[in-house]
Amino acid sequence: MSEVDSKFNIRDYLREHMFPHFLCPGCGHGIALRALLWAIDELEIPKDKLAFVSGIGCSGRLGAYIDSNTFHVTHGRPLAFATGLKLARPDLEVIVITGDGDCLAIGGNHLIHACRRNLNITCMMLNNEVYGMTGGQVSPTTSSNRFTTTTPHGNYEPVFDACKLAEAAGAGMVGREITLQTPALKNVLKEGLSHNGFSFVEVMSDCTEVFGRKNELGDSAEMVLTQKSSVRPDGYDNTVEQPFRPNFLKTGVMARNDRPEYAAAYRQHIMSMKEG
Amino acid sequence: MSDLSEPRLLNLEGNHACALGAIAAGCRFYAGYPITPSSEIAERMSKELPGVDGIFIQMEDEIASMGAILGASMGGMKVMTATSGPGFSLKQENLGYAAGAEIPCVVVNVMRGGPSTGLPTRPAQGDIMQARWGTHGDHPIIVITPASVPEIYEQTIRAFNLAETLRVPVIILYDEAIGHLRETVEIKDSNSIEINNRIWASEVTDSFQPYAAGEDKIPEMVRPGDGFRTHTTGLTHAPDGFPTQDPELVSQYMDRLLGKLGHHGDLVEGYETIEVEDAELLVVSYGITSRAARRAIKLARAEGIKVGMFRPITLWPFPAEAFKEIIAPIKNVLVPEMNAGQLIEEIERYRPEGCDIEGLNRIDGETITPEQILDRIRELAANE
Ligand code: SF4
Repeated sequence: MSEVDSKFNIRDYLREHMFPHFLCPGCGHGIALRALLWAIDELEIPKDKLAFVSGIGCSGRLGAYIDSNTFHVTHGRPLAFATGLKLARPDLEVIVITGDGDCLAIGGNHLIHACRRNLNITCMMLNNEVYGMTGGQVSPTTSSNRFTTTTPHGNYEPVFDACKLAEAAGAGMVGREITLQTPALKNVLKEGLSHNGFSFVEVMSDCTEVFGRKNELGDSAEMVLTQKSSVRPDGYDNTVEQPFRPNFLKTGVMARNDRPEYAAAYRQHIMSMKEG
Repeated sequence: MSDLSEPRLLNLEGNHACALGAIAAGCRFYAGYPITPSSEIAERMSKELPGVDGIFIQMEDEIASMGAILGASMGGMKVMTATSGPGFSLKQENLGYAAGAEIPCVVVNVMRGGPSTGLPTRPAQGDIMQARWGTHGDHPIIVITPASVPEIYEQTIRAFNLAETLRVPVIILYDEAIGHLRETVEIKDSNSIEINNRIWASEVTDSFQPYAAGEDKIPEMVRPGDGFRTHTTGLTHAPDGFPTQDPELVSQYMDRLLGKLGHHGDLVEGYETIEVEDAELLVVSYGITSRAARRAIKLARAEGIKVGMFRPITLWPFPAEAFKEIIAPIKNVLVPEMNAGQLIEEIERYRPEGCDIEGLNRIDGETITPEQILDRIRELAANE
């Protein structure tokens, strides 16, 4: 725990008048938020220079607790909104907080094109395998055979691997971590924030109250330990047999490229046109 | 890129006049998606914006372009997007966000025939009600219907002035025929154009509330990075910007939101009248159709028929007060529209006793002709 007891004080970054918060006991989203704020603290980015854009769902509600410039926008659209904000205000460090439904289902098209453009935004997607806020419906990342309110006989759809999608679409940096490894998650987020380009970080979160309860996955301690046993920092397994979701998920920084950042490329293109 | 600062006369098509009007108004961010018959607006913006240090981006879809302009507007830029029927439908959710979170933006809808994919290259006036009520819930919105290319230029500038000062989305609504019509536009010296800007909050205090407004009902805007660190949400919010379900705060918010345009009625209102002083018969007409009506009225007057015209330029909120006075002595009202009868529903609300109101509708992708209107005027006059 020594790293957790560093000079970082999460209260410096929270709107405490908003407490008590709405998260269920044991929910992983709070830990993800902690890791994000910790990363920001270590990078010493001033609160006034940050802008958080979030969509709809449990993930989308996190912004309201952050003592910064926060935008809680429409379902699935935080990346579209953030694209405009970042282009208008390159001086702001724009961070998107989204969920698996927000980012991969209703907002999937925006994710693909945000990766392709490579604008300097950091996107933290909280993957809890379910639509928690609406009561627990199946999402594009719900594991096989899991029960949700709209898969009462078990989930029969293949699972989306968001990191592979982001990498293939050209994201500047792609990473994944679980909430149990908070310092590691903080480090992946730091890499994302430091990278000059579009960074996509998937956080394997746990929805204890809705998804966990429905599938009898135990309490949050049990859920995160199960998660830990299903990730490998050293690579994918079974990718041939199960192309959509391997038995083991890779964690850490998984992809990186140095393609030109969108806004810089735009400015350079315009400058050369004006001179030419 | 053209030199946009030099005053002169330009022969422009409507969609290009819209783009140049936007730039003259200070628009420096445009996000769009290709759609007939509005694409020329995006094309002209992509050509001109870099020259004025603006940003053009073609987004992945209609929804994204609407989202992007809202993000850029909250960042501090004057913003616009343009579309047509199907795209206008897709933009509705984020338009509601703009209305609720009070984010200035201008959205152009160049109307084509509907429903659905409809008649992409043919004119129509079928989105009159959608422009007012397309997004869910009670909300404020301004809709402007120019009737000529020079008016598109002027009204686009006015649309930005209204959006910025009243913190409201403004729709510029015209049809394919005007969008592709060429007319002469007077490009004025930039110093002689009236430009209104949003008011930025400047004093960071502990008690600052981003959605608290004074008598004018318009809260000052908060620029991210200025130290306010406020919250913006599409959830119903209290003056402090945070979500609330307290019935009293919800009412306060809705009352202010829905009352603000009425409070600034003088700014918002816009209409033209022709020969209404002694009129017994009134034509209510807007956009391309009003051009045919103007000609028909001239010809009817030459025949001694006492007919006039009321032309809303600001279509929504409808200029009700002015219209009530004008319609009071009228016996017959004719509402020609290139739809199955949309604005006529609004006109019915102001019907004085003993007044007959009827429509003249065309939904075949063609414009209404002066002859069609003149024939009906003659019939109505003969029946008197
Ligand atoms: S519903 Fe699930 S994801 Fe949402 S707050 Fe509760 S535990 Fe967390």
